[in-house]
Amino acid sequence: MQMEGLDSLYQEIVLDHYKNPRNHSLLEEPDLKAEGFNPFCGDRVVLTAKLDGDGLVSEVGFYGEGCAISQSSASMMTEAIKGGTVANASEMVAVFKGMMQGKELSPEQEDSLGELAVLRGVREFPIRIKCALLTWSALQDAIAESAAR
Amino acid sequence: MFNARDIRKDFPILSRSVNGVPLVYLDNAATSQKPRQVIDALVEVYQSFNSNVHRGVHTLSMEATDHYEGARQKVADFISAPAVESIIFVRNTTEAINLVANTWAVQNIGPGDEIVTTEMEHHSNLVPWQKVAAMTGATLRHIPVAEDGTLDTTSLDDLINPRTKLVAAVHVSNFLGATNPVADLARRAHAVGAAILIDAAQSVPHMPVDVTSIDCDFLAFSGHKMMAPPGIGVLYVKPSVLESMDPFLRGGEMVREVWYDHATWNDLPNRFEAGTPNFADAVALGAAIDYLQGLGMENVRRHEMEITSYALSEFKALEEDLDILGPRDPAIRGGLVTFNNPHIHPHDLGTFLDQRGIAIRTGHHCVMPMHRKLGLAASGRASFYVYNTNEEVDFLIQALRDAIRYFSSR
Repeated sequence: MQMEGLDSLYQEIVLDHYKNPRNHSLLEEPDLKAEGFNPFCGDRVVLTAKLDGDGLVSEVGFYGEGCAISQSSASMMTEAIKGGTVANASEMVAVFKGMMQGKELSPEQEDSLGELAVLRGVREFPIRIKCALLTWSALQDAIAESAAR
Repeated sequence: MFNARDIRKDFPILSRSVNGVPLVYLDNAATSQKPRQVIDALVEVYQSFNSNVHRGVHTLSMEATDHYEGARQKVADFISAPAVESIIFVRNTTEAINLVANTWAVQNIGPGDEIVTTEMEHHSNLVPWQKVAAMTGATLRHIPVAEDGTLDTTSLDDLINPRTKLVAAVHVSNFLGATNPVADLARRAHAVGAAILIDAAQSVPHMPVDVTSIDCDFLAFSGHKMMAPPGIGVLYVKPSVLESMDPFLRGGEMVREVWYDHATWNDLPNRFEAGTPNFADAVALGAAIDYLQGLGMENVRRHEMEITSYALSEFKALEEDLDILGPRDPAIRGGLVTFNNPHIHPHDLGTFLDQRGIAIRTGHHCVMPMHRKLGLAASGRASFYVYNTNEEVDFLIQALRDAIRYFSSR
């Protein structure tokens, strides 16, 4: 039995975010909106965010259904991008994706992840990496779409 | 004497371990494992008589053709087909259904006609009919599923009516396990002049199936769910229907004579097997049928009913935490148990079970509309075959119990 592996995947903080998702409601008239869907498992997230006059992410909310990994990743992400600029959020997408893909991160990048770093355990379960990335890919799409507008 | 423990010895893969523990393979509705006898048959094709079929006058080609056509005869006998010509080799159930959709269906269905499926269809017996309906102007209708997971037949008189041209129904649901009254559906379809297609992907591997007594016009199944390799499947077509069908894929092998501007068609069933067929896997399918007939399909069905009955009774202990989907009566249920916990996603359960070497299917099992109707995005499914034992059910139950504790206590 490989309980060490399981415990590294389902860390307490992951299950806490899964059971008590933060920012778990959609915003009216959002400046950014994106939907992520994984047909393989039916996981679904919708992400909404509002920007203030200075271009900071002032409010963020998501709604979703799916596994512990996809939903906790979304919950943690909403906390991580709140209060930062869209450029910060974009950078965070790159860093988080980099971590999931096993890329070397600089100490500053490590720091920027905060509690999101616990999702590193997902790398031992390659089939579940998509779950962790679901909302991040949606965020990336939302940012790209808003830039194109 | 049917003994799952002895049968296991024929399946080399069942002795491997996964994550440091012995494999418990409970994903048979997705694909089955292969006995040594089938693996050997496949090796023998390549070592002894590999050669293209139906063309050469040389010895190898004749031997390959004999084996290929011998496999066709085995399939015909296995499902009690009235004629060997009514057996068309295809890749899988999906291709078989698409063949009918692209030939018989577009020839016979028009505006105002109706195609009837059920709410529990696998995508393979739904999506092709969506296309046929869109192409021909026909309407697609669905026989509803009742609360208990069986087909709700109360509105059949309305659903199967003189406008109906085709009834396309699954024999045993890969999601709910429900076994549908296909012979009755065939009678009703024929009474209004409609044809009937049966998706038998989950029945032919697991129970005696007799196309003559069902009296279906089309019946489709896949080899890989019945111990044969993937890439070989079967479409049975009733001989009287087959005669009127236009060819599907066109090219070599399916023609009699070819001119620059036209061609004439080969005899049945080769008319429907354009190009070099997958003769090697067809021969392996023949070996799988030999193996299954050695066990006896009545015995296979009895074993699966027993293990499903045992599993359903053991699942009762988890009733508070797991909803069981589909009919509870093992007599009308295929060898599978589908379950859901509202607070634990099936993929999290699946990952937990995998750490204990237990393989189950998690997801929508290619039955998205029925999941949506039940308010689910996904579910977990344990499905059994001849080599599964009650002890493996015990492992599953214990692991599920532990998983529920693991995810709820932290």
